[in-house]
Amino acid sequence: MRKKWDYIIPGILLAMTGISYLVGFEPGKLIGFNFWLFLKEMVLFLPLLFVLIGIFDVWMPRRKIERHIGEQSGWKGTILVILMAMLQAGPLYGAFPFAYLLWKKGCSVRNIFIYLGAYSTMKIPMLTFEIGFLGLRFSMLRTLISLPLFIAAGYLMERYLRGKNFEVKTP
Amino acid sequence: MLELTVITMVFLVVSFVKDRAKTWLGIQKGLSMFIRLLPALVTMLMMVALLLSIIPEEMIVRHLGTGSGATGWAVAALFGSVSLIPGFIAFPLSSVLVKSGVAYSTIAVFITTLMMVGIVTLPLESRYFGLMTALVRNLLSLVAALLIGLIMSFLL
Repeated sequence: MRKKWDYIIPGILLAMTGISYLVGFEPGKLIGFNFWLFLKEMVLFLPLLFVLIGIFDVWMPRRKIERHIGEQSGWKGTILVILMAMLQAGPLYGAFPFAYLLWKKGCSVRNIFIYLGAYSTMKIPMLTFEIGFLGLRFSMLRTLISLPLFIAAGYLMERYLRGKNFEVKTP
Repeated sequence: MLELTVITMVFLVVSFVKDRAKTWLGIQKGLSMFIRLLPALVTMLMMVALLLSIIPEEMIVRHLGTGSGATGWAVAALFGSVSLIPGFIAFPLSSVLVKSGVAYSTIAVFITTLMMVGIVTLPLESRYFGLMTALVRNLLSLVAALLIGLIMSFLL
């Protein structure tokens, strides 16, 4: 059932955009144009990202990864996932497949959510951009305040998910 | 974008030299994940395009400019949560907002929710973590964003 709707909804939306162009419906054309901008960015960016994930998947040894960022990894594991997230770039939805990969390789629940927090607020490419537009002081303060908060969020997520048979899936 | 291309290429070449079969397997695995995600992605991008057309930049500027303190944060959190603006638009926009008198703490809330809370990405996120978990993560991030605003308002 869900599989079918997966194609029907984007199909309808695309058809509506197409019709907007045919009849010259301006708001529809604007939506189509915005969609095209995003699609272009995504189509260039995501396949590369997924190829990288695939390559990591076949080479990363689970036992080793689990030792470093798994349940027993402690603070070092947390620092490691934060550093890993800082080196990446792209929108948050690009981090979900990475979270899946980490989960598959034995990363702890806490570290997965800490990774997502660091990915969304501390990516270095984003920080350089932020510093350029909003200044070093703002950027550093925001980052330093965010850091303990999303680490706390990771702990809270771990508590919330304990005993709930949580798993990260891939669509 | 350039970094990602370079990094992917380096890993691909190294992997290919070490083990061809394994590399092909990796590429296949990655691309099949991408293809399975594609319908959900197209839907999401359509929603984003729709929202961006309904909520133009000028509207964000106008609304954020009027509110201060708690009202400002609430408006910032709302805009940040519903929109999915890439960084290369969000930061120049924020710098315009600062110049037009919006408080730094409000900007911090806007940026944090923009990056961490995503209502349009929720269906996509649910596929990875399940709906409840995705909701809880977004809610926690929203609380964190407001706390960041509160602390920033004392410091800046």
